Amino acid sequence: MNLSRKWLNEFVKVDIPDREFAEAMTLSGSKVEGTADLGADIKHVVVGRILSMERHPDSDHMWVCQLDVGKDESVQIVTGAWNIHEGDLVPVALHNSTLPGGKKITKGKLRGVMSNGMLCSLSELGLDERDFPYGVITAAALLNDYKPIDPAKPSIPADIQPGHKIFGPVVAAKVLECMPLGDGSYHTCMEVKDGTVCPDIHCDNVHVGDMVAYNEKTDDICTLADLHAEQREFPHCIPDGIFVLQEDCKPGDDIKAVTGQDDHVVEFEITPNRPDCLSVIGLAREVSATFDTPLTLHEPVVKGGADGALTDLLDVETPAADLVPRYTARMVRNVKIAPSPKWMRERLRAMGVRPINNIVDITNYVMLEYGQPMHAFDYRYVNGGKIIVRRAEDGEKLTTLDGKEHILNANHLVIADEGRAVGLAGIMGGLNSEIVADTADVVFESACFDGTCIRKGALALGMRTEASAKFEKGLDPMNTLPAVNRACELVELLGAGEVVDGVIDILNNVPQPWTVTMDPEKVNALLGTDIEAVDMYQLLERVEIHTKEKNFPNGPAQVVIPSWRGDVRRLADLAEEVARFHGYNNIPTTLMRGQTTQGGYSPVQKLENKLGELCRTCGYSEIITYSFISPAAYDKILWGKDDAHRKSFKILNPLGEDTSIMRTTTLPSMLEVLGRNWNNRNKAVWLYELGRIYMPKTPSKPMDADDPALAGSKAKLEGIGLAGLTEAVVDAVNELGRDDGLAMEAQILTLGGYGGGMDFFTMKGAVEAVMKGIRAKDVHFEACTEDPSYHPGRCAYVYSGTDIVGVFGQIHPQAARNFGVDGELYCAELSFDELLIAQGADPEYAPLPKFPAVTRDIAVVCGEGVTVGALETAIRKGARGLLKDVALFDIYRGKGIGEGKKSVAFNLTLRSDDRSLTGEEADEDVKSILETLEKDCGAVLR
Amino acid sequence: MKEQLAKIRAEALSAFESVKDAAALDELRVRYLGKKGELTAVLKQMGKLSAEERPAMGQLANEVRSALEGALDAATQKMEAAALELKLKAETVDVTIPGKQVQVGRRHPMNTALDEIKEIFIGMGFTVLDGPEIELAELNFDRLNAEEGHPSRDWSDTFYFDTDERVMLRSQTSPMQVRAMDSMELPIRIIAPGRVYRKDEVDATHSPMFHQVEGMVIDRHVTMADLKGTLNLLAEQLFGAGTVTRFRPHHFPFTEPSCEMDVQCHKCGGAGCPTCKGEGWIELLGAGMIHPHVLEMAGIDPEEWSGWAFGMGLERTAMRRFKIDDLRLIFENDVRFLEQF
Repeated sequence: MNLSRKWLNEFVKVDIPDREFAEAMTLSGSKVEGTADLGADIKHVVVGRILSMERHPDSDHMWVCQLDVGKDESVQIVTGAWNIHEGDLVPVALHNSTLPGGKKITKGKLRGVMSNGMLCSLSELGLDERDFPYGVITAAALLNDYKPIDPAKPSIPADIQPGHKIFGPVVAAKVLECMPLGDGSYHTCMEVKDGTVCPDIHCDNVHVGDMVAYNEKTDDICTLADLHAEQREFPHCIPDGIFVLQEDCKPGDDIKAVTGQDDHVVEFEITPNRPDCLSVIGLAREVSATFDTPLTLHEPVVKGGADGALTDLLDVETPAADLVPRYTARMVRNVKIAPSPKWMRERLRAMGVRPINNIVDITNYVMLEYGQPMHAFDYRYVNGGKIIVRRAEDGEKLTTLDGKEHILNANHLVIADEGRAVGLAGIMGGLNSEIVADTADVVFESACFDGTCIRKGALALGMRTEASAKFEKGLDPMNTLPAVNRACELVELLGAGEVVDGVIDILNNVPQPWTVTMDPEKVNALLGTDIEAVDMYQLLERVEIHTKEKNFPNGPAQVVIPSWRGDVRRLADLAEEVARFHGYNNIPTTLMRGQTTQGGYSPVQKLENKLGELCRTCGYSEIITYSFISPAAYDKILWGKDDAHRKSFKILNPLGEDTSIMRTTTLPSMLEVLGRNWNNRNKAVWLYELGRIYMPKTPSKPMDADDPALAGSKAKLEGIGLAGLTEAVVDAVNELGRDDGLAMEAQILTLGGYGGGMDFFTMKGAVEAVMKGIRAKDVHFEACTEDPSYHPGRCAYVYSGTDIVGVFGQIHPQAARNFGVDGELYCAELSFDELLIAQGADPEYAPLPKFPAVTRDIAVVCGEGVTVGALETAIRKGARGLLKDVALFDIYRGKGIGEGKKSVAFNLTLRSDDRSLTGEEADEDVKSILETLEKDCGAVLR
Repeated sequence: MKEQLAKIRAEALSAFESVKDAAALDELRVRYLGKKGELTAVLKQMGKLSAEERPAMGQLANEVRSALEGALDAATQKMEAAALELKLKAETVDVTIPGKQVQVGRRHPMNTALDEIKEIFIGMGFTVLDGPEIELAELNFDRLNAEEGHPSRDWSDTFYFDTDERVMLRSQTSPMQVRAMDSMELPIRIIAPGRVYRKDEVDATHSPMFHQVEGMVIDRHVTMADLKGTLNLLAEQLFGAGTVTRFRPHHFPFTEPSCEMDVQCHKCGGAGCPTCKGEGWIELLGAGMIHPHVLEMAGIDPEEWSGWAFGMGLERTAMRRFKIDDLRLIFENDVRFLEQF
């Protein structure tokens, strides 16, 4: 909401700099977003009177002007504009002046003649003809400016003389005299063949000595259009030029005051609870309360007296009374559509509204001033003089002012006559009743419509307007009458028409004044303050909240809330009003008292923190990715078309396809980040994220893992190797007892990386470190060949006991390419819920070994198909109770080892807890181990 | 004999003093202190002395021996020290050669900021709560006084999963207030960080997904002064002692009175600069006293209990904390960015 400080000053006088004003308003609750000095860019631009004009000695189109700029000496300025005349008042940018856009003007020579500044056009002042409609320039076709398109075949001879016929009634005429009349027209005398003619003309570029095309029939001179000429034929006869002022001003005046650009505008952020502040008066109330300065409101006075009785002319019915709390209307006759006066245009412009014509401007002016949307429509299109505010019929059509046709239904509220709709209530008027140049009789509508109905209607039609935005917040029904009267008062003030006596005012649902019990003690208890009761009542009075007696009692009392403060409904709201004007920053600061509570992290949060620490220790940095992905992401990670796991929460109104579904896997998010880093040529990238997936589910009662309702998600989980998650799903469902259509939001610890030595075993090392870090028991790995996102030969499940905790390995090269990576990517996906289950108990100290260990290295040769895991299993199986540790230290293939075979070397640690082992004892165990290796794995000592 | 001893002493001490290497030193040791050494040779003559002379001479001989042994030790130590010095000199390394690389992962800056906030509140007896991001509109809106028609419920602002507008992506962490009221015993002190979603196009200051942390206290006799005190403490912990704050009235449907807290701009100290858009202040969070109707809807009697709540954006806090100037960096996760924290 923009506020003109000039307009504001009409209601409450506050004369302090913008910054202080903004600060004070912000601290009382009207947040200022910014302030603007409308004329900040304009410096040293003054009004000048053209004393004399001479054609430039060295140019065919420039003028040398002497100007009175209010100083002792006149100023000489050269201009190329043709629309000025001696005696004109024009904006003069003096030497060293600035114009909007930071343009600097300095003196200089133009073709050898000194020019001490510049005369300004409307646009050079940052204005256009909507701000000053009289600034429109009409250009005559000056024959002395004629440049034939084909120099060999001119349409007008270069030596044309006064009286020569051009075509039809159009003859050449030489201007002998041209006198501005001060209203944009000129008195002229011109020489034609048989003497002189003296038409009053409206073309602005005519001067003594010019040759013009004179139409004897219309007694006017011709424009380019009249001659059907092209612009290039008359290069200097253009509808542009200097802004010739018709304002009440004198040479030397600062142009900003003349054009109304001396205003300051303050932009407020208005919260949805304060629709009353979407108006000058509403903000004036806040300003008055903030600065404790009197508010002077103005009671509109309408003279009336136009012909006819309102009741004969207009009848209003509101069959949809539930949607129309109040409907107020007045009529204006014999309307003269014209531009609004400057003061009105200035104010509209300052508030960001473009002036159009007096009637439309009045409705906008009242909307800005009172916050009450007004609509004006042409009476002649209200058939039968009857306005009916009703629900639209299904399929009813209406074309609104913006030229768009809408098909309506019973949810829309329309303003109609007996036959058809003429406007969308509270949203936009109909094209069929628009105010046009020949409108004679106007109906002003000032109504209060149901906010929800307007909001839904505007939303459904995709046309939120300034009016609908106001209505949907719920307007003060007490405002319609003063607003319509103000509009009529302005009509009379502007001489825009005659107001018919009387008002049509239908009150369907106007609430009684709201009262609240004010309890100063409770307010102090809530705020933590110690404000005197009397002071509180005085603070409330600033916002026109009074006791019925308008006194300041020293205890609880009923207070009456003004009609425009629909947001003040109970004591807490009064506390806020008191606090606002007492000053939030005057409320003391205290620390919490009361019962102490035990804070801290839950076991889940502790594990979250722990996992993050472990990943970082392993060299992985944390990332944060979006929870929503593109449905195509499932294709990119090579999931089957009918993979049940694709079933995702789908956002109905996403920002775009890329962020349209809630992920059921974190893998694409990680791969996208890896791809982006790859693309940015980052060499070593190791990342982790503990992020959620969102699984659809609709269980209705406590369930166990065999519940058929879970079959789908079980299969899905198994599909990505997270079968163990099922248990967590069941737990979560039962724990939360959700039957609410929400998601199962499970966390996944995702690791991903490339470069810096990353390979399968590096990733496996990280997974092992995580499992070790949480003291998971019985961790083992099995090859996984079926996960479509991973390399079928470099992928494994990680188990804790019989539960699959997750899957990891090299990303399938095709999937990697889908993310723009032409190299090896490695990822791990671990279920947080499974990690929580796998987490071991707090450690208990075990005594350090008292006796030395014996170590033995063995190397066995076996077939390629035998896994190290199988060999280890055999070693542990074969040991006779002394084996404490097995460590792989070498795998060798090649010379000395048969084709299709490998040599695998282990370091064995053997120890007894109750004695020092002898070499023989150790050898016994090793012997047994070797036998088992041979028996179970066909592995023989090398 | 006395003269002999004195001579040995003088000669030996001088020899030990000036010895050059270990071999020469050993030679001297044998020569003076060895079994066949000069000192032993003299002592062997002790038997020739009278019983009266013997003790005095014995004592003298011992003195000489101990002096010689002392000198030998000193010379040995000196020699060893010199040898060690040589060895150390030979072992000198170029300390400017880079160390062996140990890759250490980094915490995401947003979570670093969150961790700090969590620590502050846990220290004050708060519990950290987690909750669903796919949330019921009833909890996100209705139970927080944002009834039908509230602008934040618009499809242009909020992501929905069904046309009934029943299930949505939570647009704030505030539904956690309701979940806490519904599930916890009074008094309550919680914070609830997490992801929230709003329909904003991605740019330098907006993202359709971001993080907030909600805080709430419900107890008897809780006042707005308490709210201010606690939040001032938060600001000081986050931005340093002496951080200046101010409170401005604002509007949230679920608090009354409501406020926003600004922190004085760290760059200009309140004078106004581009960082604070000329205002001198930077908005940090929204807060207020819990609306009595919100308490009533949760079955809590506002006559007995009162409370305050706040919500703050974490990205913006992290951005301010680490002077990050573009929100997109937070979600791009380029390692060159991540490794700075």
